[in-house]
Amino acid sequence: MNDVAVRTENLGKLYRIGEHKGRYNTLRDTIENTLSAALRRLRYNPETSNLNPQPNHIWALKGVSLGIKRGEVVGIIGRNGAGKTTLLKILSRITEPTEGWAEIRGRVGSLLEVGTGFHPELTGRENTYLNGAILGMKKVEVDRKFDEIVAFSEIEKFIDTPVKRYSSGMYVRLAFAVAAHLQPEILLVDEVLAVGDAAFQKKCLGKMGDVAGEGRTILFVSHQMGAVGQLCQRTILLDDGTIKKDGHSKDVIASYLMESTPQSGTVEWKREAAPKCNEAMLLGVKTVNSAGRVTTHFSSTENISVEITYEVLKYDRLLTIWIRLSTPEGVDVFAGHNGDIWGNLDARPKGVYKTRCIIPGNLLNIGKYIINVAVGTTAGVGIPSGPVLFIEVSNTDKSSHYDYNYTFQYVRGVVSPKLDWEIQRADQDAPSNL
Amino acid sequence: MAGMSCSKEASVLLIKPSRGWVLPQLRDVWAYRELLYFLVWRDLKVRYKQTVLGVLWAIIQPFFLMVVFTIFFGKLGKIPSEGIPYPVFAYVALIPWSYFAQSLNACSESLVGNSHLITKVYFPRLIIPISSVLSGLVNFGISFGILLAMMFYYRITPSLEALFLPILVLMVLATALGSGLWLSALNVQYRDIRYAISFLMQFWFFATPVVYPSSLVPGIWRFLYSMNPMVGVVEGFRGALLGKGHVMGDTFLVSVTVAACLLITGTLYFRQVEKRFADVV
Repeated sequence: MNDVAVRTENLGKLYRIGEHKGRYNTLRDTIENTLSAALRRLRYNPETSNLNPQPNHIWALKGVSLGIKRGEVVGIIGRNGAGKTTLLKILSRITEPTEGWAEIRGRVGSLLEVGTGFHPELTGRENTYLNGAILGMKKVEVDRKFDEIVAFSEIEKFIDTPVKRYSSGMYVRLAFAVAAHLQPEILLVDEVLAVGDAAFQKKCLGKMGDVAGEGRTILFVSHQMGAVGQLCQRTILLDDGTIKKDGHSKDVIASYLMESTPQSGTVEWKREAAPKCNEAMLLGVKTVNSAGRVTTHFSSTENISVEITYEVLKYDRLLTIWIRLSTPEGVDVFAGHNGDIWGNLDARPKGVYKTRCIIPGNLLNIGKYIINVAVGTTAGVGIPSGPVLFIEVSNTDKSSHYDYNYTFQYVRGVVSPKLDWEIQRADQDAPSNL
Repeated sequence: MAGMSCSKEASVLLIKPSRGWVLPQLRDVWAYRELLYFLVWRDLKVRYKQTVLGVLWAIIQPFFLMVVFTIFFGKLGKIPSEGIPYPVFAYVALIPWSYFAQSLNACSESLVGNSHLITKVYFPRLIIPISSVLSGLVNFGISFGILLAMMFYYRITPSLEALFLPILVLMVLATALGSGLWLSALNVQYRDIRYAISFLMQFWFFATPVVYPSSLVPGIWRFLYSMNPMVGVVEGFRGALLGKGHVMGDTFLVSVTVAACLLITGTLYFRQVEKRFADVV
């Protein structure tokens, strides 16, 4: 009995640039390419021909060998374009590898998107069956689980309404409910938790955790380090199509976040490469200490000022600048946006703005934190949250409460706020004043 | 959660780059027959949603074409109809033709139209063109009912050769699917196909004896003419239902052979380029 569920050996995938992103060929292109290839062959020169063998090709995945045991829950992380999705697509047979091979033992279910194949004209009930069939469920299986799926989605009342009348939240709930009831032996999941509200995300994570508990193998691609850390014991870091790290989730996530975040206290983007959406574009982020200096090192008692410079490209009534603080282990500390305080959500016509967020002193524990920035709009998420800077809080101030709070070394909470304490006698016959 | 996972003791799947010609995975298609059923069902459900006339459209289209043909070709053009009332003569040919034309159109657009499935889920890709061809059969059935009513009205009784009808239906299906497989696969890579198709269909329409009897085609051209499988089909329909000529006429075998060739080569070509669909579409 072999206890390996997924094994790959030297797996690679070569893409022609421009081929996999929406662009399609016309017959004319093909004719032109064929002609120019023929011309190149005429001028064939063996000395130069090997220098740059395939200028229009990139390896999205290269030399990936890994083994995943039955029942293991493995996270896959990495920057955009690192090959995470390509790996899942090969394992779920959507696309063929260019070289190498993979071996899969057991029934595979892949979830690269929730609601694949949902048709807006069909009702929730009809889409449940259609989506189930697309995900590989048998009709009798959907029949049996139908009530459970509807209950999980919390949209009982609308199950016979066409999904085009659903809110986006309802749509995602139903879609995920179907997916969550898919019970293959090996589950491949790509970034599907990025949608839906927080409470439902939590429920889905719970459901997936159950699935993991039942001894199923899961490969889980996500940008949400918290989710990966919570769900997976093991994490694989992909970079440029190759495995860069493979080990305990905690270690891999920490090193990924540390490496992918600038350590100078400031980041600026070139306009072509800046994170942007239709409404806004991020230009730069700085962390500034109480003396007005840009730095990554802060004393535990001082305020940390996060300055975000951005350009408003299109007026949006609900444009919000978010920051989210997380630990290198992927635990979220808090998140907030500039509309938290009512009245801050001023109308911002086109132009460049600077928004400052002050994280008060005496709040964070000693240690390292990642600052993530996001932009919200009327439509929802404009620029998704991503790590931009990293800060380190240390105890350099002698007046800090950390001096007295010796327990922090043993109880490492993510925050260590300066709390107010009061002591009173509470037995009845005691004098009222101490 | 019991009874769920169909764990036939560790079914092992090997994924590796395919080389050379690959055979169609018909067993795989069979394993996914429920998905095929649901895709056909989806097409049917969606087809007439938010239309006022709904399924009546299945009747209206060929029927009005018949009226137009009767006026222009039958009355004004005086095209012979071998002693059969022109409306029946044209309609009996329009039924397989409409089915063929609609299926071929739907089939050639099917892969591009379902690209959101192809890039997100695995299933044998053959299912998509097959489902688009099958879902046209319902319209075919409805308009066939109208034909029976017309034959009753004109007091025409079908000959014994009507027993060949299922074979003829299979032949249209094979022709539509065979050429549809070619075009759908080409359409993924070359969107030129989309523009070529409307042109191709007009040409094909006149190369098929829908508005005229095939007896108008001079003998020396007969062989070339019958390379169009739709010639065999339309002549077959007339032979089986109107008793004019025979299903197994001189051209029938040629038509069957070409239809079979189209289906086989279409399937092979489709399989050959299938592995790149998800990367290109």
